Amino acid sequence: MYAFELERPTSLADAVNALKSEEAQALGGGQTLIPTLKQRLAMPETLVSLTAIDELKGIRREGDTLIIGGATCHADVAAEGSYPALSDLAGLIGDPHVRNRGTIGGSLANNDPSACYPAAALASGATIVTNEREIAADDYFVGLFETALNEGEIITAVKMPIPQAAAYVKFEQPASRFALVGVFVVKTANGVRVAVTGASEGGVFRWSEAESALSSNFAADALEGLKVPSDGMIGDIHGSPEYRAHLVGVLTKRAVTKAG
Amino acid sequence: MTKVTMTVNGKSVSGEVEGRTLLSTFVRENLGLTGTHVGCDTGQCGACTLHVNGKSVKSCNMFALEADGAEVATIESMAAADGTLNTIQQAFQDHHGLQCGFCTPGMVMTAASLLEENPKPTEQEIRTYLSGNICRCTGYHNIVKAIMAASGQDVSAVAAE
Ligand SMILES: Cc1cc2nc3c(=O)[nH]c(=O)nc-3n(C[C@H](O)[C@H](O)[C@H](O)COP(=O)(O)OP(=O)(O)OC[C@H]3O[C@@H](n4cnc5c(N)ncnc54)[C@H](O)[C@@H]3O)c2cc1C
Ligand code: FES
Ligand code: FES
Repeated sequence: MYAFELERPTSLADAVNALKSEEAQALGGGQTLIPTLKQRLAMPETLVSLTAIDELKGIRREGDTLIIGGATCHADVAAEGSYPALSDLAGLIGDPHVRNRGTIGGSLANNDPSACYPAAALASGATIVTNEREIAADDYFVGLFETALNEGEIITAVKMPIPQAAAYVKFEQPASRFALVGVFVVKTANGVRVAVTGASEGGVFRWSEAESALSSNFAADALEGLKVPSDGMIGDIHGSPEYRAHLVGVLTKRAVTKAG
Repeated sequence: MTKVTMTVNGKSVSGEVEGRTLLSTFVRENLGLTGTHVGCDTGQCGACTLHVNGKSVKSCNMFALEADGAEVATIESMAAADGTLNTIQQAFQDHHGLQCGFCTPGMVMTAASLLEENPKPTEQEIRTYLSGNICRCTGYHNIVKAIMAASGQDVSAVAAE
C-alpha cells in the first residue's frame, strides 16, 4: 500500500468537508477498498472513514419504506428482517467477517458487476440518498463499477420500499462467494421488477421482458420460452456468456417460485 | 504517525501507527501477539480473524486506527492464564481439528462467534459459518466435529469421511 492519512470524522458534515480535497476517498467497511489499496490500484492521499459516524448507521422503518444508513454493515441488514428478501441477500454476502465490516453504501458505490446489493436496489426501485441529492436506482447504476455519484459524494442512506413479495436467488461463485449470476424479483401493486447481477458486462440490469410477462402472471410458467441474449454477457473461466444467459432464465424462475 | 488506543484481551494498549497500518500488523508487530496469523493478506482465508467489539473480523482487512477505542480479543485471550485450554480449543485437540495449525486461531475465533450467536448449530450451519475460513490440511471434517462437540452435542453420528 502507498502511504495515506486516515481520518475518522464523527459527523457527516466533517466527512463531507474532508472529502472536498481532490485526493481524498471515502472508506466504508474496507472489504473492497483495502485489497485494492494493497494491489496499489488506488493511491488516495487521505482516506475518510465513515464508520465512526453514528448518523450514517442503523435501519429504521417509515411506513412501507426501510431506510438504511449508508454505513450500515451487512450483518445488521441481515438481522433486521422487516424486508425478508433483503435480509436474506445481506446474510448471503461473503462470510460472517465480511458482513460485520462491509457496508451497503460501499457496495452500492463500488457497483461491482457481481455484487448483490445493486440487484436489490434496482429491483426494489430504491432511492439512493447522498449528502447532495436523492437518486432513483433506475438512474444510479451507470455501468461497470460506474455510478451516478460525483467525486466526494457520500451515500448517506438507501430508501427501500418494502414490496408485496420478493426473493433473491444467487448462484454463488464458490471461491469468491460473489454472484456468478443473481436475480432479485420484486412484486408490487404497480407490477413486477426483475434485476439481474453477475451476468452482464454492463453491470446490473432490469430484464424487461420477464417483468412484463410476470406482471400479467406472477408464476414461473410465465417465463417459459423467454431468453436473454448472450451478447454482452460476462464470459470467464467460471462460465461462458451462453451459460450466464441460461442461468438468468433459470434463476428468475426460481426467484419467482421462492417469492410465492 | 497517529496514536491509537484500544483494549486488547482486557488490557488497555496504545501505539503509534500509520494510516495504512493494518490491525493484524498492529496486533502482531506492535503488541507481539503472534497467535493471529496472516495467511493470504487479501481477506480470503480467515487466518487473521479476531473479535472487535464482540464481532469477528478479518484483521488484515481493517486498519488499526479503525479499532481506536474498541475492545479487541485475539486467540491469546481464549486459554486461561495458566494455559488451560477453553472448551473450543480443547475440542479441537480432542477431535483432531487441526494438523499444521496455521488456520486454527481463525477457526477458533470464528467458532467462538458462531457459538455465541447460535449455541447449538447444526453441521450445515457450522459449515456455512466457516465459509470465510480456509484450511489446507484437515478437509474441515474434524473442525466441524470439534465445534459440534464444543457446543455440547453428540458427535458420534457425524460420519468419518
Ligand atoms: C471475501 C469477500 C467476499 C465477498 N462476497 C461478496 C458477495 O457475495 N456479494 C457482494 O455483493 N459483495 C461481496 N463482497 C464485497 C463486500 O460486500 C464489500 O463490503 C462491499 O462491496 C464494499 O463495501 P465496503 O463498505 O467494504 O466498502 P469499501 O471497500 O470501504 O469501499 C468501496 C468503495 O466505495 C466507496 N464508498 C464506501 N462507502 C461509501 C459511501 N457511503 N458513499 C460513497 N462512497 C463510498 C469507497 O470510496 C470505495 O471506492 C465480498 C468481499 C470479500 C472480501
Ligand atoms: S490473512 Fe486475513 S483473510 Fe487471510
Ligand atoms: S490445519 Fe493446516 S491449514 Fe488448517
